Amino acid sequence: MISMLIRRLLLGVVTVWIVSVIIFAGVEMLPGDACTAFLERDAKGEMLAHCREAQGLNQPPVERYLSWAAGAIQGDFGTSMSGDQSISEMVGLRVKLSLMLAMGALIGGVPLAIFLGVVTGIWRDRPLDVFLSTGAIFAMTIPEFISATILILIFSIWLGWVPGIVITPADAPVLDFFPEFILPIVVLGMVMTAHIMRMVRTSVIEVMASDYVQMATLKGVPFRQIVFRHVLPNALLPAINVVALTVAWLLGGVVVVEMVFNYPGLGRMMVDAISDRDLPVVQAIAMIVATTYVCVNLTADVMTMILNPRLRTLYMRAK
Amino acid sequence: MSDMAAPGIPRTGRLRRMGTVLRDMAASPSGAIGLTLVVAHLVMALISPWIVPYDYKVMDSGMVLSGPTGAHWLGTDEFGRDIFSRVLMGGREALLVTGIATPLAMLWGGMMGILLGLAGGRLDEVMMRVVDAFLSLPWILKLLVLVMTFGNGMMVIIPTLGFFYGIPVIRVARAATHDVVARDFVSAARARGHGRFGIIKRELLPNVLDTMMVEGAMRWSWMLLAFSSLSFLGFGVSPPTPDWGLMISESRVYMPLSPWGVLGPMVALSSLIIGINLSADALAKAMGIDRARKAVV
Amino acid sequence: MGAPPLISVRDLSVGFTGRTGATVPVLRGVDMAVCRGQSLGIVGESGSGKSTVALAAMGYLKRGLRRLSGEVCFDGADMFARTRLELEAIRGGQLGLIPQNSGQSLTPTLRIGRQITEALRLHCKMPEAEHEARVLDLLAQVRLPDPEVIMRRFPHELSGGQQQRVAIAMALAGEPDALLLDEPTTGLDVTTQAHILELLRDLAAERNMAMVYVSHDLGVIARVCEEVMVMYAGEVVLQGPVRQVLQDPVHPYARGLLASIPRLGERHLPVALEGRPPAPGEAGQGCAFAPRCGLAIDQCRELAPPMAPDGAGNLVRCYRHQDVGGLDAARQGSLPRRCDKRSGAALDLGAVAICYTAQGWLERMLGHAAPVLTVEGISIAIRQGETVGLVGESGSGKSTILKTVAGLLPPVAGKISLCDKPLPVRVEQRAPDQLRRVQLVFQNPDESLNPRHSVADILAQPLRLYYGLKGAELYQRSVEILETVRLGAHYMDRLPGQLSGGEKQRVAIARAFAAEPEVVLCDEITSALDVSVQAAMLELLNEFKRLKGTTYVFVSHDLAVVRALSDRVAVLYQGRLCEIGPVEAVYGPRSHPYTEVLLNAVLEPDPDVAPKLMAADVVELSPPAMGCPFQRRCPRKLADICDQKTPPWREFEGGHGIRCHLPPEDL
Repeated sequence: MISMLIRRLLLGVVTVWIVSVIIFAGVEMLPGDACTAFLERDAKGEMLAHCREAQGLNQPPVERYLSWAAGAIQGDFGTSMSGDQSISEMVGLRVKLSLMLAMGALIGGVPLAIFLGVVTGIWRDRPLDVFLSTGAIFAMTIPEFISATILILIFSIWLGWVPGIVITPADAPVLDFFPEFILPIVVLGMVMTAHIMRMVRTSVIEVMASDYVQMATLKGVPFRQIVFRHVLPNALLPAINVVALTVAWLLGGVVVVEMVFNYPGLGRMMVDAISDRDLPVVQAIAMIVATTYVCVNLTADVMTMILNPRLRTLYMRAK
Repeated sequence: MSDMAAPGIPRTGRLRRMGTVLRDMAASPSGAIGLTLVVAHLVMALISPWIVPYDYKVMDSGMVLSGPTGAHWLGTDEFGRDIFSRVLMGGREALLVTGIATPLAMLWGGMMGILLGLAGGRLDEVMMRVVDAFLSLPWILKLLVLVMTFGNGMMVIIPTLGFFYGIPVIRVARAATHDVVARDFVSAARARGHGRFGIIKRELLPNVLDTMMVEGAMRWSWMLLAFSSLSFLGFGVSPPTPDWGLMISESRVYMPLSPWGVLGPMVALSSLIIGINLSADALAKAMGIDRARKAVV
Repeated sequence: MGAPPLISVRDLSVGFTGRTGATVPVLRGVDMAVCRGQSLGIVGESGSGKSTVALAAMGYLKRGLRRLSGEVCFDGADMFARTRLELEAIRGGQLGLIPQNSGQSLTPTLRIGRQITEALRLHCKMPEAEHEARVLDLLAQVRLPDPEVIMRRFPHELSGGQQQRVAIAMALAGEPDALLLDEPTTGLDVTTQAHILELLRDLAAERNMAMVYVSHDLGVIARVCEEVMVMYAGEVVLQGPVRQVLQDPVHPYARGLLASIPRLGERHLPVALEGRPPAPGEAGQGCAFAPRCGLAIDQCRELAPPMAPDGAGNLVRCYRHQDVGGLDAARQGSLPRRCDKRSGAALDLGAVAICYTAQGWLERMLGHAAPVLTVEGISIAIRQGETVGLVGESGSGKSTILKTVAGLLPPVAGKISLCDKPLPVRVEQRAPDQLRRVQLVFQNPDESLNPRHSVADILAQPLRLYYGLKGAELYQRSVEILETVRLGAHYMDRLPGQLSGGEKQRVAIARAFAAEPEVVLCDEITSALDVSVQAAMLELLNEFKRLKGTTYVFVSHDLAVVRALSDRVAVLYQGRLCEIGPVEAVYGPRSHPYTEVLLNAVLEPDPDVAPKLMAADVVELSPPAMGCPFQRRCPRKLADICDQKTPPWREFEGGHGIRCHLPPEDL
């Protein structure tokens, strides 16, 4: 068991290391460097030299990678091209705001998704299931900018209940974003809920058809007890990984939603940085998002390993 | 019951099998709706330039942001252009780009996945870490960096989408390969002494292909989503080319005055993506694959 | 039979809605009655509806099935008319079920103790505090060692036999009046099966329960039932006392079924039943068995016969039940072809050792010990035209050895030679001709035939590869080969999914023989098939042996099947050879203790033969590091010598060898 955990952990570390190489090499391979990209047409003469000096671009790539990586491990990503601000500080603020959105969507969405998934799985092919499953396909597949636009049209333009755009500045206290963050959370929550619900539904259907649920029925176990004791623990185990993937997606890929609502989160910062060609900031965000992704998946794997008695003995025996 | 042979007409050949699969798909209402939507969109993309009532770039300053009228079925946009004509033509670019990039992604991702699945060992393990690393980066970052650097021409977007969307395919193809390789008929072919290439072609591919078809349909829908998101963010198609994502983003500002500018393209894009997803579900069902069990990557 | 029956099924028909929308019956007019203290067996082949009857007795139908007519009464009232609460009280309480595959019927996330306690809480009124003691008591009653340990285990941590015992304990927890057993021992090793059946017999005697056994195995029924019901295509075709049904069945199907079972003491091959049962809904106007029946007359094809008493205590659904005795003369099993003792060597295994588990880099770094060899020291010399059977329980390494011979799993030590020439260990290093001469047939044709290939594609592969055939020639040859396995040219463009289990296995055998091999490796090729189909397969193999002098290595867990076909038998335990010799010698009086244990546990379809239980049915995960591999279970173990020293080979006349410390005169 311990050796399996160590192995899984090492794999995570290796993945993060490969990510850092990809990010660094990817930026290196782009034509020009951070300074020519940022200064664009002004990139000549003294200004360029000065910029390169400030960003330490005059050193050989391997050395630059090492010092960048060493800084990244300590949470220091250097300074941004534009404002000479510490990247870590800038990003930290945005991470907090993105996290808030993600938490909002998770707290509301995950329990709802599991509940709906279980309900539709148990009473599959009934009208309720058909209705909810069709709804889930819509929620899952309609692009976020469309669902966001529809919600804005209905709830903020026609009904005027909630603001459709965020105007609070990024450095304002978190509570100031109420009620502006309601719509973004609803949009994110819808997509996420639909994904998890579908997965849970399939899993429940599979377990409901299993021999052990039939056996429990024929043992005279009341229906409610079958669901809670025999179906749920087995059906929800595989859901852990899907929840993890959705969490990782929420933390990293909600660019479109942040752009639609003008929400000053990490995603918008990323697009802004790319538009400004502020490559050090892009590198930092990429690194943070990728590491989060790896960590969340790692946690999910370890959790499944611990919660699933079958896997647990498998690994114990492997030892 | 499983022991009974299905008495019936012998059907063989890939074409005939595709025929039965299509029939099975169309048999369920959702599959029929999905297929109809997809086919309708494809046909429209092909013929729209010849049937649209107005030129998509002709502006009419006297008819700005009008609602639906007899002349303009969906009204006009902020420049007085006919929304209906623009909606009809708005999927052409997206379908063309994804139509080329999807097979590209499936091809390279599929081949890579099958090879890694067969090779196993150290190489497989290292490559899978690289795949993980690529997957851990947000898609929009990967696309945007390249588009911002090299421009938004089709020669940039198609290979970029093809490359990045092929990476998750590696995983799927590799898993499917592992499933098939573990089965006795592959062992039987190995024991008979068939060459590696022959085994891949005859034993592996026909069985991996089903999974790949379903996967391809899903990749297509996600690629469309990515492409229209790029357009929506202003990094994809350049104006005045009609594109649903771009149209929504341009008309959003005028929503309080006239919602028709966003409604048209929203319905068009959503119906296409939903159509693809419904078809993918029906396809998976007809082929006996459980689509929802696949992880969302 | 004074008391009213506890379970009574009257005219029960069950069906489902087919693809075309028509109702397809699965059960047709089934009647059944079981009283307290009685045990009834339901026998039939796959698809006969026997399990559906048992589940219907609990008022339960699988998803998609529905009751078309009839009623199922338990304790006087119709199960299908009861409320959910009443059903919950009866199921698992008065009426217990022991399922087929207990490994999958126990909830994987719950500990054994909790699953049994759940049954107690639902069906027994006893204080919570006494539950644990009762669980321990139940586990001890089903003779599980260390109940305290078992209680805290998860289902997957137990062996198949232990899981089955837990399922029995769970059924007993509700103090049932009646037990339904759905193939309770299918899939278990012979020794375990014999132990479980003895346990069930004892329990039935102690508790005066009504029991319904569902099984495809007449040997099991013979052991535990007084009354038997034979089912065919959703109908009961014969019902009577077990002795009558097994010794002189008056229905042609039952007679054919019985003749298709291989026997331990019989030198003839079993006789196959030709044809296959109708698919659900396919049975026409007349008797469902008429198309396969040797006695069928026009009346049989036009009007289905009713169930009628035959005057000797049976109920039979046949117009010609008085004439069934005449069928036997026409059915005489052929003798297995014996090999010529002077023929040359075909396949020679020299001290082959195989290891399944390779160590990962992390395990090696952490200093774990190297794994024990899965198979060790296998030396067998096989002559041309000889059939050597490999027998042993699951985990004995018999299939592993075949994989190694086929070149799929290179051995860690030892040599293999084919016709006195060394055979490279890896398939990739073998010459085309060497590959052609050794062919492998797998256990499960669903796995070994590519579902995307038509029969023509499947047969074309060896023909193209080894003989370079093309076009018309290829087609011609494929059809010829199909005909040798008694399938016609019209099968050529079918896909495996459109064939029955037996037909698929025929195609797999045809594919192997298309290569004109000298050695055919058969890996449990009949264990996924019904007995009547199995008999046909054995006949087919014998036919090839007669025509082409093929050498077989025949792996099976079924000693009677091995007996039917083999010249010599090798008995394996934990990947080590225990005994090898001519069939008559190995199945004769002098044998290795393990062989003796196995032979005594075999169930024959004869109520007068009882198995003898000699060794505990412990499942061992890995062989002991030293000494005799069978030391832990051996009923005739000597002192420490068995634990410490590898036993010597003791040679007897006729090439009979036994690896045991016991002195030769005691074996």
